[in-house]
Amino acid sequence: MSALFEARGITKRFGGLTALHAVDFALDAGIASIIGPNGAGKTTLFNVFTGLYRAEEGGVTFRGQPLLGLRPDQITALGICRTFQNIRLFGNMTAIENVLVGMHARVRLGLRDVLARGPRFHASEGALMARASALLERVGLLPQANEVARNLPYGDQRRLELARALASEPALLLLDEPTAGMTRGEAGALMGLLRALVADLGLAVVLIEHNMRVVMGVSDRVTVLDHGEKISEGAPHEVQADPRVIEAYLGTRHSGAPRRRLAER
Amino acid sequence: MIQAALATGLVGLSAWAVATFPRSVVVFLLFQGSLLFVYLARIPRWLRTALLALALLVLMPVLGHFNGYYLEIATQVGIFVALALGLNIVVGLAGLLDLGYVAFFAVGAYSWAIFGSPHANIMFGGGFPLAPGWFYAFLLVGLLLGAGTGVLLGLPVLRLRGDYLAIVTLGFGEVIRVLANNLDKPVNITNGPKGITPISRPPVPFDVPYAEAFYFLVLLIVVVVVLVNRRLEDSHVGRAWEAIREDELAAQAMGVPLVRSKLLAFGCGASFAGIMGVVFSAKQVFINPESFTFLESIGVLAMVILGGMGSIPGAVVGATVVTVLNLQVLKGFSLWLNELKNAGVVVLGYNLADLPTQLEPAKYERMIFGAILVLMMIFRPQGILPVRRRARELGTP
Repeated sequence: MSALFEARGITKRFGGLTALHAVDFALDAGIASIIGPNGAGKTTLFNVFTGLYRAEEGGVTFRGQPLLGLRPDQITALGICRTFQNIRLFGNMTAIENVLVGMHARVRLGLRDVLARGPRFHASEGALMARASALLERVGLLPQANEVARNLPYGDQRRLELARALASEPALLLLDEPTAGMTRGEAGALMGLLRALVADLGLAVVLIEHNMRVVMGVSDRVTVLDHGEKISEGAPHEVQADPRVIEAYLGTRHSGAPRRRLAER
Repeated sequence: MIQAALATGLVGLSAWAVATFPRSVVVFLLFQGSLLFVYLARIPRWLRTALLALALLVLMPVLGHFNGYYLEIATQVGIFVALALGLNIVVGLAGLLDLGYVAFFAVGAYSWAIFGSPHANIMFGGGFPLAPGWFYAFLLVGLLLGAGTGVLLGLPVLRLRGDYLAIVTLGFGEVIRVLANNLDKPVNITNGPKGITPISRPPVPFDVPYAEAFYFLVLLIVVVVVLVNRRLEDSHVGRAWEAIREDELAAQAMGVPLVRSKLLAFGCGASFAGIMGVVFSAKQVFINPESFTFLESIGVLAMVILGGMGSIPGAVVGATVVTVLNLQVLKGFSLWLNELKNAGVVVLGYNLADLPTQLEPAKYERMIFGAILVLMMIFRPQGILPVRRRARELGTP
């Protein structure tokens, strides 16, 4: 029995730069976090998972099906959806319209249904609206449903992006720094929501996060990337104690730049 | 209540005024303005529909009897409304800047022009023009040809955005025009710059005069186009187009198939132009490549932008304003100034008859039109009737 989601030996190069080097990643259920210093290749990894980038080497499977070579919308239709590090909502559309776009892959209507406006169309649109409203309520944005997304406060935009991603009924959710720019209280509330979603919907979640309080609190497993390579993986407390992780974040002992400069003199 | 009485009164009064002063441009503008007022006024839906139907179905043809030119203008407005609505899908909704839109119009026009005139005999030996009844079948042919050409243009430009897309579509529009200009050799398909004539007109039931018949035909097509536009816009298809306009990458990541959605936008937009092209060629009896220049594409784009990008009523109003401005207001203004000039009217001690010919008002039409566009973009960049985001009835969670 293979894992729900499995990536093997992912290598991605941009010209001469190797952004990812032979990275393995697997997830069955629960919440996994990917951490690492800036430029470690975390978002690149997400972009490979969701089909925005094509990896030079390696393969990704989801429920046993290979994903490499599929378009992003096909991958979303299979059940993987994501949010973006720098929020990418449809700014001039309302909150609920954003969520409705997220359901695009689940709409089973042809052009004929749309133009004929028969009972099939009305049933489908009604169901979409009901589900979109439910999702907005879940993330606490129902009162703002008809607000234009661009005008929502920052925290609401992050939560709307989450609702939009959930709208495609994913089995695997990829969140790119969902708590960036949030206060400690907001981040805590969001993580509470995430945990509830995992419990209710049986979602598997991969989280890119810089906020260590969030990572250590919510993750079942943590993967550490540095310079495009996986340097550590395990339960949060194991990773925290891993000397290679400490080195990646803080540098090695006796290698501080000022000291070396002194020695050169 | 007051607005309802006002709207009804305004329509009636302005129609009466047009009948009384059939040569006054200002009065005809008043009539058009009253229709806009009816659309915008807070009146019951049934009253609005009834008033608009009355004005467009009864009053307009009747006024055409008093001044035939008005009916011609109304027909031209209708043609451009359909074009603007088509381009509105591509540019306003899907955000794909298309500067060669008139090419699809040309394709539709030439399809009927070639087979609806003796010209096709050159290629196929004989048997042409087709019986005038074929015109109605060619409406469908024009639609399909337009859609097909739209998809054909869409295919190579799928990966392009913004400026690059604009340049390629501009080139495409020119290619079609130049083809129309030069495809008289080695096989004479388009008859080159000389154009094609005479193009058959469709058979009309009840011996309705051609001007009225074309007016009603164009009106019918416009109603259908508006209906199709509204249904597309308010569905997952329209939402996908808007999402692509807002953020292509995010739209794709949310499950919107880019290739299909974009091709659908190009195809739908182009099909409206194709069908109107067929009507146009039959109405004009004569077409040549001059009718399909880059300036026409820009004109339609100006209608969409002036009316309000992505807004269906905006496209209708934009097309009306631009067409009426070009055909009536600016022309009327030029005529008026010329009359003053010929009469030798003195303004502030200066005899207008001394005005050098370089300053002839007719030469300023385009400049005035340009100035209006510039002022519009500075003071109301969102357009005359911008998109109003509809508050949706929330479903019960």
